[in-house]
Amino acid sequence: MKRVWSSLAMVAALALAAGSAQAQNLNVVSWGGAYTASQQQAYHDPYMAANPGVKIVNHDLGSGALAKLRAEVESGKVTLDLIDMTAADAIIACDEGLVEPIEPDTWLAAAPDGTPASKDFFAGTLTVGGTNCFIPQIVYSTTFGYRTDAFKGKQPSSLLDVFDLKAFPGKRALEKRPNNNMEWALIADGVPAKDVYKMLSTDEGVARAFAKLDTIKDQVIWWTKGAQPPQLLADGEVVIASAYNGRLFSAIVEKKQPIAIVWDWQAFDLDGWVVPKGGKNLAAVKKYVRFATDTQRLADQAKYISYGPARHSSAGLVGKHAKLGVDMKPHMPTSPENSKTVLISDYVWWADHQAELNDKFNAWLAK
Amino acid sequence: MPTPTDDVMRTADGTPLKISLQRALVRSRLRALLLVLPLLAFVLVFFLFPIGHMLFRSVDNRIVGSVLPRTAVAIQDWDPDRAKLPDEAVFEALVRDIQAAFKDRTLGRVGRRLNYEKPGMSSLFRKSGRGAARITGAPYRDRMIAIDKRWGDSSTWRLIHRESGALTSAYFLAAADLKLSERGAIVRQPEPRRIYLTLFYRTLWMSGLITVLCLLLGYPVSYLLATLPLRISNLLMILVLLPFWTSLLVRTTAWIALLQTEGVLNDIMVFAGLLSEDGRLQMIHNKFGTVVAMVHILLPFMILPLYSVMKTIPPSLMRAARSLGATPFTAFVRVYMPNTVAGVGAGCIMVFILSIGYYITPALVGGRTGTFISNFIALHVGETLNWGLAAALGALLLGLVLALYLIYDRIVGVDNMKLG
Amino acid sequence: MVETKPRIVRFDRVQKSYDGETLVIKDLNLDIEAGEFLTMLGPSGSGKTTCLMMLAGFEPATYGEIYLNDQPINHVAPHRRSIGMVFQNYALFPHMTVAENLAFPLQVRKVPKPDIRVKVERILDMVRLSGFESRQPAQLSGGQQQRVAVARALVFEPALVLMDEPLGALDKNLREEMQYEIKRIHDNLGITVIYVTHDQSEALTMSSRIAVFNDGVIQQLATPSVLYEEPENAFVAQFIGENNRLRGKVASVDGDYCEVVLRDGATVRALKVNVSGKGASTCLSLRPERVAIEPNGQAEENVLNGRVEELIYLGDHIRARLTVAGEDEFIVKVPNAPRHASLSEGTWIQLAWAAEDCRALDASGKEAAPA
Repeated sequence: MKRVWSSLAMVAALALAAGSAQAQNLNVVSWGGAYTASQQQAYHDPYMAANPGVKIVNHDLGSGALAKLRAEVESGKVTLDLIDMTAADAIIACDEGLVEPIEPDTWLAAAPDGTPASKDFFAGTLTVGGTNCFIPQIVYSTTFGYRTDAFKGKQPSSLLDVFDLKAFPGKRALEKRPNNNMEWALIADGVPAKDVYKMLSTDEGVARAFAKLDTIKDQVIWWTKGAQPPQLLADGEVVIASAYNGRLFSAIVEKKQPIAIVWDWQAFDLDGWVVPKGGKNLAAVKKYVRFATDTQRLADQAKYISYGPARHSSAGLVGKHAKLGVDMKPHMPTSPENSKTVLISDYVWWADHQAELNDKFNAWLAK
Repeated sequence: MPTPTDDVMRTADGTPLKISLQRALVRSRLRALLLVLPLLAFVLVFFLFPIGHMLFRSVDNRIVGSVLPRTAVAIQDWDPDRAKLPDEAVFEALVRDIQAAFKDRTLGRVGRRLNYEKPGMSSLFRKSGRGAARITGAPYRDRMIAIDKRWGDSSTWRLIHRESGALTSAYFLAAADLKLSERGAIVRQPEPRRIYLTLFYRTLWMSGLITVLCLLLGYPVSYLLATLPLRISNLLMILVLLPFWTSLLVRTTAWIALLQTEGVLNDIMVFAGLLSEDGRLQMIHNKFGTVVAMVHILLPFMILPLYSVMKTIPPSLMRAARSLGATPFTAFVRVYMPNTVAGVGAGCIMVFILSIGYYITPALVGGRTGTFISNFIALHVGETLNWGLAAALGALLLGLVLALYLIYDRIVGVDNMKLG
Repeated sequence: MVETKPRIVRFDRVQKSYDGETLVIKDLNLDIEAGEFLTMLGPSGSGKTTCLMMLAGFEPATYGEIYLNDQPINHVAPHRRSIGMVFQNYALFPHMTVAENLAFPLQVRKVPKPDIRVKVERILDMVRLSGFESRQPAQLSGGQQQRVAVARALVFEPALVLMDEPLGALDKNLREEMQYEIKRIHDNLGITVIYVTHDQSEALTMSSRIAVFNDGVIQQLATPSVLYEEPENAFVAQFIGENNRLRGKVASVDGDYCEVVLRDGATVRALKVNVSGKGASTCLSLRPERVAIEPNGQAEENVLNGRVEELIYLGDHIRARLTVAGEDEFIVKVPNAPRHASLSEGTWIQLAWAAEDCRALDASGKEAAPA
């Protein structure tokens, strides 16, 4: 009996020792799949190698992160330490007071040449939508992929071709939300890009956008998850699809599908970090964020996925794909070749009109 | 022995029988209570409380009052029916509130809240937060109007006045495609924004269709299951339950592979010459696809209660009916079917309620015409973070289900339901 | 046998197999007269219910033909046979009231509504359930349900009614009451009843004829008294009534009688019923009530000694289990009357019986006496 007690005591002592030496866990929320893998390789692994006391635990919540964040903050039990979000979601989170404000130049590393972070990140991305909670990582775009075997002769090359059912017959896939689609419709209808949001602020402008979308409505399959459009293209279900450029890259370069990209009026969007309000590990999170958003780390991420780093200083460091050896520069949405015409979402405008246009868009869809 | 004179029944020691009985029963009641206590607590904590909390969100309107406390009080004296702007005191309260909220970073919340009622409020408050931070003194009204001229528009003030109370009907109105006009009357949303009634209607009739199809498909299968020899029916039962062992997403994706225009079914029909290459049918990303996939997924919920009821119907009933001169058809309709009503009721209620709340499958295969109200609840919970509207939609759905349940109780009787 | 009444049912070389390997009914030939109360009696699995189901049309005959009123009915659907049937658990329709249950066979026959009401009333009166029209079956007692089931099988006036162990679920008193009830109805209406049971006393009280089934074969078809008094084989003797068995070998045959040597060497004279001849193994069958105790000099053909093993007091009589000729299951009934001396366990007593009461039957199956 005595031996049992002593061995139990030893186990307890060991457990305590292990507890004190236990790694600090950082709960990081991201999108899963190839995107989380790119963060793992570019940020997490090197950080954990340099800081043996920290263990980064990935949570794939995708677009559910916002709701989970709100639930945690409201209940006062915040377990998430860092969340990867789109800029639009980050604006909501910031407006709702769910995330910490950022002080860019104290939180974030300067560029190698000494340029402060507030100048090195693309202009306006740190204050997207008039907020100050968002630390951008990447620029991604929603753009068009088409099947190269669908059309004889001339291939689609512009936004106009997406709306041209005569020259390019076949089904399209578009995202089931008003964002981007409304802007594209007006641009394709001849509205100058700078006037798009002014136009969409009026009932006539909205009607005009819907009228343009009406011309292809019967031929559109509406997608809701990022994985859908490349699959629809691969299955031949649609001939042209709007999709995240990283997903298209993967379908084209990694899976060798007969798909090509139309970059004309690609819609830029941002994805980055927000720090939940009331997190327990704020100091550790700040330290990690400083590392994960420095010039080299952002450039490294582009080795694994074709999204553009959000810092000017990273652009020059983008090299070849880690496995495929493909030069990643021409696949970046931010490369000069690809970004001649770019739709940049007006986040402030959307914050005002999202609810209204969601209703109108869904009512239009149901018709 | 002294016998009490009243005619109350008493035990040997003179206590009234009723009281003795009560005492004897208390112990067993306590034990029964102890047995159900864990479940009761569980239901209370994880079911009733969250639902109550959720339902409360649909009317909760404390944001304006808590973020703009001074304004909310000051504006009570203002008469919204007159076109005149609130006086300087209200503007001063507003400036102080905005300055405090800007510092606390709560201003965005009130902007977002009011933006549900009037597009543009979000940017108005964002802009005013930065502007008001620099205001140091009077005249407050002119300075606010200088920041944004919408502060000089009485409709902005009417909105703040209306939404400064602790409760609101706005979410429920929005969930029914209604809204409050500037003058406080309930009016319909402008035609291009009407969406939820259509969706409720669509959700109901498609769920009804799915229920009917499940019944039509499930009834014969259940009959087979209940009447075949055990060896074969066990195998069949495994086939019925097989879908439960595969992930919902996998099953839905399998339907996409089967039904899409370049999918297996279209390929077969083109190969068989039933369709031309250009005439391939669109069977997914629409109502048809949603109905097919959901009937498949919900079929076991129809079959199991039906089966459990049919299993209890003795085969001699049908034989009796036939020996009495009924044709097989008459015997089935007049004797067998009425005895399965309990199972039909349970199966239908189960499938209908499940399908009314389904959202993954409609989200994936519903396309533009096959989505349900629950997809919009998910949208407002997960993406727009408009939980008030989500709660109102959910509450309406809950009310609808309860109403249908009551109707069912009236017609069939809940006691007659047999779930398994 | 002189046929005076018309034949209503005829089984002609009928065979039935469910699995294609074993026969449940082996070559059944049976004629049933109109107005008869014929009971099919046998242990479970003997094939009696299968016969009934084939007649009702719920099971097809594997071979052979069944005739109803001299018309072959193998290919007539059950609902066209117009045979009333009462099921073991009544099979009342639980969702219908008593009146609706009774009206059902009339409705499917398109009987006009007023006539239905009259007939339902009349039949309820007959089974003494007037006033129960609007009850649900679940609100009735077992006996009442039973009456409704009988009434439903009769209400459309079939000439033939089949009853499949209809009283099996009732307790003893109720069962006896219902036996008389059914018998009374049968006698009043002059219908033919084919009745299946495994209860021999039920069969004996009700039937005009009994067909004893075993192993898919009718062992004996006879009136109750003949069946009891003159069983033709060991199975029937054993199955009907109480029976004492004495096993032995035929020593000699003498016309209708034979001498049988029992296990302990005693010789018994018995009626030769079902033995092939000298040297054959046999089983003697002797009803307990035909055995005299302490005959006191009365001239009986067979006198043996038996040792009292056990006494069971049953009120009006005492059952005594004895060992006789090496068989320890020999039962005699001692009337509880003044002239009978009380027995005591362990004593030897003398037993006697007439040769004609002792029937030499086949040495049935596994219980054959050792050679």
